[in-house]
Amino acid sequence: MSDTTKHFDIVIVGAGPAGMAAAVAASQSHRSVAVIESNPWTGGQLWRRPDAAATPRAGRHWHARFKACKAHLITEASVGDSIAPGHLLVETPASAFNLFYDRLIMAVGAREQFMPFPGWTLPNVFGAGGLQLLAKSGWPLQGKRVVVAGSGPLLLAVGAQLRKRGARVLCIAEQTSLKHLVRFGLTLPRLGPSKLWQALVCQSQLLGVPYRTGYWPIQAHGTDRLEGVTLRRANGATWNVTCDMLGCAFGMVPNLELARLLGCDIEQGTVRVDTWQKTSVNQVYCAGEPTGVGGMDRALIEGQIAGYAVTDQPDKARALFGPRQKTHDFTRVLNQGFALRDELRTLTTPDTIVCRCEDVTAAQLACCDDFRTARLYTRCGMGPCQGRNCSTATHTLYGWETEFSRPPVTPIRVRSLVDLSVEKE
Amino acid sequence: MSKHLTLSVNGRSLTVPEGTVLAVALAEAGVTQFRRSVKGQARGPLCGMGICFECSVTIDGKLHQRSCQTLCQEGMEVTTDE
Ligand SMILES: Cc1cc2nc3c(=O)[nH]c(=O)nc-3n(C[C@H](O)[C@H](O)[C@H](O)COP(=O)(O)OP(=O)(O)OC[C@H]3O[C@@H](n4cnc5c(N)ncnc54)[C@H](O)[C@@H]3O)c2cc1C
Ligand code: FES
Repeated sequence: MSDTTKHFDIVIVGAGPAGMAAAVAASQSHRSVAVIESNPWTGGQLWRRPDAAATPRAGRHWHARFKACKAHLITEASVGDSIAPGHLLVETPASAFNLFYDRLIMAVGAREQFMPFPGWTLPNVFGAGGLQLLAKSGWPLQGKRVVVAGSGPLLLAVGAQLRKRGARVLCIAEQTSLKHLVRFGLTLPRLGPSKLWQALVCQSQLLGVPYRTGYWPIQAHGTDRLEGVTLRRANGATWNVTCDMLGCAFGMVPNLELARLLGCDIEQGTVRVDTWQKTSVNQVYCAGEPTGVGGMDRALIEGQIAGYAVTDQPDKARALFGPRQKTHDFTRVLNQGFALRDELRTLTTPDTIVCRCEDVTAAQLACCDDFRTARLYTRCGMGPCQGRNCSTATHTLYGWETEFSRPPVTPIRVRSLVDLSVEKE
Repeated sequence: MSKHLTLSVNGRSLTVPEGTVLAVALAEAGVTQFRRSVKGQARGPLCGMGICFECSVTIDGKLHQRSCQTLCQEGMEVTTDE
């Protein structure tokens, strides 16, 4: 086999909780297993630093199991394209290679959903999860005044983390009303102990931090960087907060580019899978966030089921069907409890930038009927992020559907596409 | 003790522990404007996970490199605000 061609029985894309669990499960067979991860590190969005003491016990446990299993890990490697069933074009900083598989597990996770509002492009306005990721990598926070705003349990997790790392968390603004939250709180205990535990830990770490329900951000202020934020409540009252950083969380959206590229059926924004985590495409499986954003427990269980299923260990997979159902129930409650209010869809003013790569404003998009025309006339979605941010933003704001993905899945060097010709040995 | 390495940020030298993410090193060095948008606005990291390209900087002459996905290397030359 040449340097530019590799073959594995099982290929897993993504080394987050789902991908690591899939690799551990699949390695309990005689098949060869490879894991492709675009980051220089494993652990996905949750466990970035395997050795750090700050990594939770579950993270250290799964990292240890992953290290001990015989899966072949290839980091800093992104899937760029697929030109035939069973083939992936994989690019690394130094080169590119053709990767052939018998069965594939997509464990590519989710990303944050961003909602455009005036001032959201200022430096020091972050996605709340993004800010948390940067914080885990050591972003300077000591003494910084931070507001965390948006929706969902992530706000609390992020607030607690930032505080632990020395930030002054001025307030956590949750757009959901208290009434809804109470309903969520009441149903929580029925849904499994680890989630509840997580919620309690956050609470104690957030002692003294105001948790304002029914508030959402309407404007970020500043010239070349953030200086403050205006929050609003349903009765129209507004509240200005001077701060150094703002973390916004408006939910997660599954990464669907790879599933689309491979032709997998997508239903209501998630990859459709059967009980074995198999997609509509032969030999292609999916686990974790792309099948429905539902957190770590769900990702770990689905990853294992997929790993067992692709290696013909059905009994071990079946044993996890019950626990998986519990995590699916939890996802449903979360989605209902933290549904975004309609007001968030009307925050943009005519000069608010919606597509950050090409600086396309809401006024420019107002003249377009769909994402395709927007792309043609305004260059919306044509920049380096390839529409990852603005396609979800315009879907939420204007209901536009996108026909993503056009390959490559991540921007790829033209040379890589030219250099390689696909030949199965 | 962990090893340190030295890189150059906008012509000034910066020493960081090995394994430091470039975006973090830049923030430590006081950079807030990582890049200029097509209309000239200041921009900085948004997603922290390689999706948004708002943390893009020039590394060793290569444009549009995502600093949140890059580990600092000895001798790296970084230019921001471009
Ligand atoms: C920003 C952010 C912050 C979060 N914070 C919390 C929190 O505080 N608490 C909590 O309980 N949950 C949090 N979550 C949710 C939690 O991260 C997920 O529930 C969990 O990580 C899901 O695991 P996963 O394996 O499905 O996906 P991920 O952890 O997202 O892993 C997917 C992996 O696939 C890789 N990948 C994607 N596409 C490709 C490709 N084309 N080629 C190669 N590799 C690829 C990614 O780099 C990533 O490592 C957060 C999520 C995000 C996005
Ligand atoms: S902060 Fe989004 S790509 Fe680096």
